[in-house]
Amino acid sequence: MHEVLKMVAQRLALGALTLFVVSIVIFGATELLPGDLASAILGQSATPETLAAMRAQLGLNDPAPVRYWAWLTGALQGDFGVSLATRRPIADMIEQRLGNTLFLALYAAALAVPLALVLGVLAALWRNSIFDRVANAGALSAISFPEFFVAYILVLWLAQSGYFPSMVRISPTSSLADKLYMSFLPALTLTLVVTAHMMRMTRAAIINLMASPYIEMARLKGASPLRIVLRHALPNALAPIINVIALNLAYLITGVVVVEVVFVYPGLGQLMVDSVAKRDIAVVQAIALIFASAYVLLNLTADVLSTLTNPRLMKRG
Amino acid sequence: MKNLNNRHGVTRRGLMQGAAALGAAGLILPAGMRKAHAEPQRGGTFRVGIGHGSSTDSLDPGLWDNLYVQVFAASRHNQLIEVNNEGQLIPEIAESWDSTDGATWVFKIREGVTFHSGKTVTPEDVLASLNHHRGEDTTSAIKTFFEPVTDIRVDGQNVVVTLDAPNGDFPYLMSDYHLAIMPGTDGRIDPTSFDGCGPYVVESYEPGVQASLTRNPDYWKFDRAHFDRVEILSIVDSTARLNALMTGGVDTIDQVDPATIGMLEARGTARILSIPGNAHYVFPMDSREAPFSDNNVRLALKYAIDREDMVEKILGGHGAVSNDNPIGPANRYFHADMEAKTFDPDRARFHLREAGMDSLNVTLHVADAAFSGAVDAGALFAETARQCGINIDLVREPNDGYWDNVWMQKPFVASYWGGRAVEDQMFTTGYASGSSWNDSFWEHERFNELLVKARSEIDEDLRREMYHEMQQIVSFEGSVIIPMNNNYVMATALNVATPERISANWNLDGFRCVERWWFA
Repeated sequence: MHEVLKMVAQRLALGALTLFVVSIVIFGATELLPGDLASAILGQSATPETLAAMRAQLGLNDPAPVRYWAWLTGALQGDFGVSLATRRPIADMIEQRLGNTLFLALYAAALAVPLALVLGVLAALWRNSIFDRVANAGALSAISFPEFFVAYILVLWLAQSGYFPSMVRISPTSSLADKLYMSFLPALTLTLVVTAHMMRMTRAAIINLMASPYIEMARLKGASPLRIVLRHALPNALAPIINVIALNLAYLITGVVVVEVVFVYPGLGQLMVDSVAKRDIAVVQAIALIFASAYVLLNLTADVLSTLTNPRLMKRG
Repeated sequence: MKNLNNRHGVTRRGLMQGAAALGAAGLILPAGMRKAHAEPQRGGTFRVGIGHGSSTDSLDPGLWDNLYVQVFAASRHNQLIEVNNEGQLIPEIAESWDSTDGATWVFKIREGVTFHSGKTVTPEDVLASLNHHRGEDTTSAIKTFFEPVTDIRVDGQNVVVTLDAPNGDFPYLMSDYHLAIMPGTDGRIDPTSFDGCGPYVVESYEPGVQASLTRNPDYWKFDRAHFDRVEILSIVDSTARLNALMTGGVDTIDQVDPATIGMLEARGTARILSIPGNAHYVFPMDSREAPFSDNNVRLALKYAIDREDMVEKILGGHGAVSNDNPIGPANRYFHADMEAKTFDPDRARFHLREAGMDSLNVTLHVADAAFSGAVDAGALFAETARQCGINIDLVREPNDGYWDNVWMQKPFVASYWGGRAVEDQMFTTGYASGSSWNDSFWEHERFNELLVKARSEIDEDLRREMYHEMQQIVSFEGSVIIPMNNNYVMATALNVATPERISANWNLDGFRCVERWWFA
């Protein structure tokens, strides 16, 4: 257990370093984009005079390192500042969006992970059967279509007939049942998109182990096929499966802007896109850090869990 | 000068007949639609889905730039002057206005109007609201409107504006949507506040997502604001917007994709409102740079574009051919009798020869940020121009940053105008020498001279003549190709009723669908 704690501490320190590097890269990349916040906000109505007035108001005339330092010192004290475009506190802007994004990610994961595991185990159990082929073909088709296409097909079948709303309207006051009902279609879309990856990894990992001598031993002593898969093969196959699940969860948090647009879902992705388009660097930074943290934390969790599932790693040292 | 104080705030005529007579303003009705109630009725929650809106939208009136914030603003604010559904000025917070010489304008502020916060609307509030757009450090988009203004002061219940030269159209400028009346403290408004004196009170607002409003119980207009509640939703994706209307998620949407209009009509579950206005799509050419500095080259390009075809293919028929004229049929002095420019390869070649060329190579920079369908319009243009010996090299630019890096930076681009209620406003903003939005960098001595003269001309006929001459000049010597006027195309659920005539000055009934429409 001591080993694990040490690993967590090391990883967290490395994660903090990663976040720092990410913040510099994002800041630099936004600086490289043509135009700045003032010209993006004023758009077609920008004139040299109004641009100058706005740049002065927003402090955009300071050199980039000065602005970065100001942002960093604020962020280290937990103050992410206010949005340059709307003057609203960034924490307020992000809070609800982050909640929405996490809700959708967890919802989709709650549907996709059990589905993928069950399908993967069954496909491994009945390898090369009709079931295996149908499950594989179905999952691969779903992942091969672009997300928005899957989304529009679901809208056509399930929204236009009146079963589910095509537009998600949730607020902090909505009841859980309401939320689950309203966001069913985006969650289902994401489920279809991520299931194939996890299912195929489960299937491959188990099949890989099925050729091992200890499985043959189990088979010889007369254990049932299901018991062999669940009791003997699956625990040893968990490490790669956990890694794939973590990657997919990170994707569900960070990469679903297309689905958000189609279902008018007020998540972080849309906020990020809006903020990049307006060069609202303070908001971009904050969201980028959230996304980077999601990857760091999920990868860490995956590593810890795979270590815990592997007694050889646990007993080492 | 004209005195308009004999009218009450709202014309009842416009609201009388309701959807029963919808045929008038170029509306298209699905067959067999039942007649809606003629009298406006109170009640219901009106949900409108708008194809704009972003989480970076600001509450600052000087920065309002998209349809979402414009409709949201019209829902909670009033202005000095309103443009009614026939394009005329009617009193709003200014009960009346008058000028003896055209240079000093007196606006009498309506008494007994209160803000949502309970504060009474005073001339000082109006002064603060106007001054927000004026002065050195303002970031307002309409700063230029106030450049001729030398002084604004309060005189009793009046606000008095002094200009450096007479301008008979000044009240039209004061009807601009940026000029919301907001409460002032120490001569300044709070540009982060919702407080207004308009028809609806803000309940909640999440930028780029939605706003919920309830009816202002103390609203001073007795025959407006028929809905109990209003929800304004930002639905940027046009397919998502259409789905929201078809599945009953919203009652009205704007910017219906021309490609889907036929299908929507065939289903018979929604009504299409297609309103011809002054909005237009343009291809400005930098008149300072060869080859566009030669008017013959510009004319060759103007004859090399197939306007009819473009209206059909880009607008789906929901628009009209324009004769390179930024003044539209909804303007007072629209010049309808100019020689029409048709697609004419011989004429285009003739002008090329006049310019001393056999063929012409130009590069056109487009992005759909300029207008929806701009890339396709550029491709159509290139196709027809080829038949005239003109080779248009089409460059597709990214939407992101288009207004910074392409518009007014590259010599030949695509752009759009919302159109303006007043000729002077349109010409001053887009065509006057030195104007910061003169996107063709065009200078024409006679035009600039007429522009100043017409502004203070009192004789109606002389004025009309001047504006006609200016339109002629812009059309045949100007440096902007204007192939089409685009309609405002909206769709509503069948139970939404509208006045007989819908405003053509801006989208969604001059941004005021929320206060003018009702449920039948």
